[in-house]
Amino acid sequence: KRKINFWMKNVSKKMEITVSEAEKRTGRNAMNMQETYTAYLIETRAVESQNEGQCSPVDSLWRRYSEFELLRNYLLVTYPHIVVPPLPEKRADFVWHKLSADNMDPDFVERRRIGLENFLLRVASHPVLCQDKIFYSFLTQEGGWKEMVNETGFQLKADSRLKALNATFRVKNPDKRFTELKHYSDELQSVISHLLRVRARVADRLYGVYKVHGNYGRVFSEWSAIEKEMGDGLQSAGHHMDVYAASIDDILEEEEHYADQLKEYLFYAEALRAVCRKHELMQYDLEMAAQDLTSKKQQCEELATGTMRTFSLKGMTSKLFGQETPEQREAKIKILEEQIQEGEEQLKSKNLEGRDFVKSAWADIERFKEQKNRDLKEALISYAVMQISMCKKGIQVWTNAKECFSKM
Amino acid sequence: MYFLIFFSMPFPIFFSLLAAPRPHNPPAHPPQRGTPLGARRKRAPGPPRGHTRVPSPPFPSLPFPSPPEPSRAEPCRGQVARAAAAARGRAAQGRSRSASSAAASASSAAAWQRGGGGQAPAVATQSRAEPSRAEPGRASSGRRPPAPVAMSGAAPGAPKPLPSSGPKSLREMPHPLATSSSEEMGPALSPSPDLLLPRGIADKDLSLPNGTPVDTSSPASSSSLLNRLQLDDDLDGETRDLFVTVDDPKKHVCTMETYITYRVTTKTTRAEFDLPEYSVRRRYQDFDWLRNKLEESQPTHLIPPLPEKFVVKGVVDRFSEEFVETRRKALDKFLKRITDHPVLSFNEHFNVFLTAKDLNAYKKQGMALLSKMGESVKYVTGGYKLRSRPLEFAAIGEYLDTFSLKLGTIDRIAQRIIKEQLEYLVELREYGPVYSTWGGLEVELSEPLEGVSACIGNCCTALEELSEDMTEDFLPVLREYILYSESMKNVLKRRDQVQAEYEAKLEAVALKKEDRPKVPTDVEKCQDRVECFNADLKADMERWQNNKRQDFRQLLMGMADKNIQYYEKCLTAWESIIPLLQDKPETK
Repeated sequence: KRKINFWMKNVSKKMEITVSEAEKRTGRNAMNMQETYTAYLIETRAVESQNEGQCSPVDSLWRRYSEFELLRNYLLVTYPHIVVPPLPEKRADFVWHKLSADNMDPDFVERRRIGLENFLLRVASHPVLCQDKIFYSFLTQEGGWKEMVNETGFQLKADSRLKALNATFRVKNPDKRFTELKHYSDELQSVISHLLRVRARVADRLYGVYKVHGNYGRVFSEWSAIEKEMGDGLQSAGHHMDVYAASIDDILEEEEHYADQLKEYLFYAEALRAVCRKHELMQYDLEMAAQDLTSKKQQCEELATGTMRTFSLKGMTSKLFGQETPEQREAKIKILEEQIQEGEEQLKSKNLEGRDFVKSAWADIERFKEQKNRDLKEALISYAVMQISMCKKGIQVWTNAKECFSKM
Repeated sequence: MYFLIFFSMPFPIFFSLLAAPRPHNPPAHPPQRGTPLGARRKRAPGPPRGHTRVPSPPFPSLPFPSPPEPSRAEPCRGQVARAAAAARGRAAQGRSRSASSAAASASSAAAWQRGGGGQAPAVATQSRAEPSRAEPGRASSGRRPPAPVAMSGAAPGAPKPLPSSGPKSLREMPHPLATSSSEEMGPALSPSPDLLLPRGIADKDLSLPNGTPVDTSSPASSSSLLNRLQLDDDLDGETRDLFVTVDDPKKHVCTMETYITYRVTTKTTRAEFDLPEYSVRRRYQDFDWLRNKLEESQPTHLIPPLPEKFVVKGVVDRFSEEFVETRRKALDKFLKRITDHPVLSFNEHFNVFLTAKDLNAYKKQGMALLSKMGESVKYVTGGYKLRSRPLEFAAIGEYLDTFSLKLGTIDRIAQRIIKEQLEYLVELREYGPVYSTWGGLEVELSEPLEGVSACIGNCCTALEELSEDMTEDFLPVLREYILYSESMKNVLKRRDQVQAEYEAKLEAVALKKEDRPKVPTDVEKCQDRVECFNADLKADMERWQNNKRQDFRQLLMGMADKNIQYYEKCLTAWESIIPLLQDKPETK
C-alpha cells in the first residue's frame, strides 16, 4: 500500500491517505429500491512532520464510487483550467477473456480500490486542488458531505454540452495552442484505446499458448507409465510443463497493473480535452460578447445619426409605420449607451478572465506534461521489467525440462 | 549363436577368454536371418551338427521390455529354444542394438542444433541403452566424423555384452566375410587383411556391433581382442564401414511429370560393394520401392518408415523448400536406420539401391532376382488363427498401442501449440506498431515508445522462428514414429501368423498319433520359422527401443532448446531497451 504524505495547505498539516478496504453493501437507492454496491474505506492520518513513527489516530470513513464521481464533477466545474485527475473506469473495459467484466468481481473491485486511492493521491498532490475544502471534507467528514457539495451550487455553473458543442464549431479565432492540444488529446485517446484493445487480445492468446502446454504434463505422465528408462525423465519434465502452464496467471495479473496505468492516461486525455473545451467556450463567449457589443454600438450610431447603414427590422417598421418621436429615440439611445457601457465592462472582464484562464491552464498543462512523461516512462520501464521476468521464467522452466529430457 | 559357443565350449577356455570373470548371460539375441553376405543368405538346412534338437517349449512369458540390466544385449536366460535357434548358425551381424540409434540421433541432433541445414555426417555411435548409466562420462552426443579407432579399453566396470568368444578359439571362427556357405560352424577362413574388423557379438563370427569384422588373422591376445570387442558402443563410428547420406534435392521437369530427386551418397569399405564410393540420384518412388523390397525380403525385421507418400495437393506445396527439406531429412534418416541395422544393411536390394546407375532396369528384373537369391521366405499368411500371443509379444503389442496413442496426443498438442503461437503472433504484429504510432505523437516519449515497438518486433521474429522449427523438425519425427509403430504392429501380426501355422501343423501331426521317430520336416521348418521370427523380432525390438529412447531424448531436448533460444532472444531484446527507457533526455 502506498502511503504518501501530503501537505494540505488549507489545514496546514501533512496527511496520509489510503483507500484500504472495499466492502459489499446493500442499501436503498433514490427510488427506494434495493441495490448492492461496494463501499470503500478511506483512511487518513495526520502526520507530525518530524516523527514519522508517531502514530496519530487514524480517521476513516466509507465512500462509494458515486461519491467519488460527485467530488470529481465538482472539481471539474470549479477548476476548469486544471487537468483534473481521472477516476478508475466505472465498468470493466478492455477485458480479455479471463478477466471478468462484472463490477462485483473481486479482482475488479481490488483494482478499483487501487485506482480510487490513486485518484485521491493525485488530487492531494496537486498544488491547487489539494487546497479545496470540499476535497478535505470528502476525506474527513462522513455525514452531510453530499449536501455540502450540492450547496455550492456547482451544477449550475456547469456548461451545457450543447453549448460546448456549439462553441467547437463556431469559434472564429481559436487559440492555436489549444487547438493543437485538443488534437493531441484526441489522438492520445485513440492510440491508447487501440493499444489497450490489442493488448487484451495479446493477453488472451498468450494465455492460450501457456495453458496448452499443460497438456504435455498430462500426456508425458501417461506415457512415462509404459516406459522403463525413459519414464522418470518424462514424468519430471511433465511436471515442469505444468509449472510453465500455471505461470501465466501471475504474469498476466501483473500486466493488468500496466494496463491500468495506461488507462489512467487514457482518461487523463479526456480531462485534458475538457480544459481545451472550456477555453473554446470562453473564447466563444468572448467573441459573442464582442459581437454583441459591436452591433449595439452600431445601432446606437444609427439612431443618433438617423442613418440606416444596416438593415434592421426596426428600421423597416419605422419606415412603414412612421418615425419615432425624438423623445422615443433619445430613450432608446440612452438604454443602448447603458448597455454598451455594461458590455464594455463585461468584455473587459471576460478578456481578463480569458487571459487568466489561459495563463493558469497552460501552467497546469505544463505540469501535467511533465507528470505524464515521468509516469509513462516509469510504466514502460516496469513493463519491460515484467517482460524480462517472464523471459527468465521461461528459460528456467525449459532448462529444467531439458535436463529432465536429458536423463531419459 | 552365442549359445552354440556357450554350450559346446568347455568352460575353462571360455572363461579364460574373458578379461574378468563376469556373470555369463547369453547374448542379446540370437543371430538374425538374412545374413549380410550372399552366401550366407542361404538358410540353414537344418539343425547344426552335433546338436541335439530340443523341441521348443511354448514361449515362456517374459517381462517386456527386457529388464534394464547393464548387459542389455543379453536375451533372457534359459531360453533353450533360442539356443537351438541360434545354434542353427546363422551368421549374425553384430548385436541387435542401437545400430541405427547413432545415425538417427545424430541426424536429428544435427537438425535441431544446426537449424536443419546440412546433414550431420553419418556417424554411427553404438550408444548403449543401459551401460550409459554405468558410464556417465561418455558423451553420446557430439558425434564426430570417423576418427582413428581408439582401441583403448572401454569404460571399466561396466559389464558389457559378451564378446563372441565361443567354444572354439578365435582363430577358428569363420570370418564373417567368408564366401563359403558356412552359416554353421565351418572352418576358419583367413580374413582379408584390408578389412576392418567387424565389431559385434554375433554368433560365431567376431564382429563388432556395427558389422565391422574382427580381424582374426593376427594372433590377438585374448585381452587385446577383448578390448577391441568391448569397444562396440564406445567408438564414435570409427569402425563403421558404411555411410549413407541423402542431400541435394533437385527438381526435374519432364513432359509427363515434375518430380524431385535426391542425391544418395555412399561411402564404404565393405566387400559387398565394388567401389568405395557411390553417388546416385533417387526419387521418392525409389525409396518406396526399396522399402517394399525390404519388407518382402526381410519380413521378420522391423523396417523403418518412410515419410508419407501422398500429400494433399493444394494444401501442401510438394515443391516448397520446407516440404522438400523435411522429406529429405526423413529419407536420410530412413537410409541411416537401414545402414545401422546389422542385417538390413547387407540386403541386396539396399546395395543395388545405393549403387545402381539404372535402378529401373533392376526393378524390372525384380522377379528373377528374387528367386535367384533364394528368398523363399515368403510367409504366406495361410489364414491360421493364433490362439494366443505369447505374453512377451502381447506386451510388445500393447506397448505399441499405447505408445502410438500417446504420440498421437503429443502430435495434436504440438500442433495446437503452434496454432496458438501463430495466433499470438498475429496479435503481436498489430501490437508493436501501435507503440510506434504513439511515439509519433509524443516528443519526450518518442524514443522510448519506438524502442518498445522495435522490441516487440524482435520478439515476433523470434516467435516465428520457434514455430517454424517446431513445424519442420518436431512434428515430422513424431509422425515418423507413429508410422513406425504401425508397421511394427503389422510385423507382430505376421509373426502371429507364422506361429499359428506352426501350431496348427503341430496339432495335426499330434492328432495323427503315428509313431514317428521325429517330427516331420515341414513342421520342423515351421518351427524354425517361428523361432527365427521371434528371435529377429525381439532383437529388432530391443534395438528399436534403444533408438527410440535416443531419438526422443534428442527430439525433446531439441524442443526445450528451441524454446530456451526463443526466450533468450526476447530477453536480449527487452534488456537492451532498459537503458533507452531510463535515459534522461537532454534538457531543452
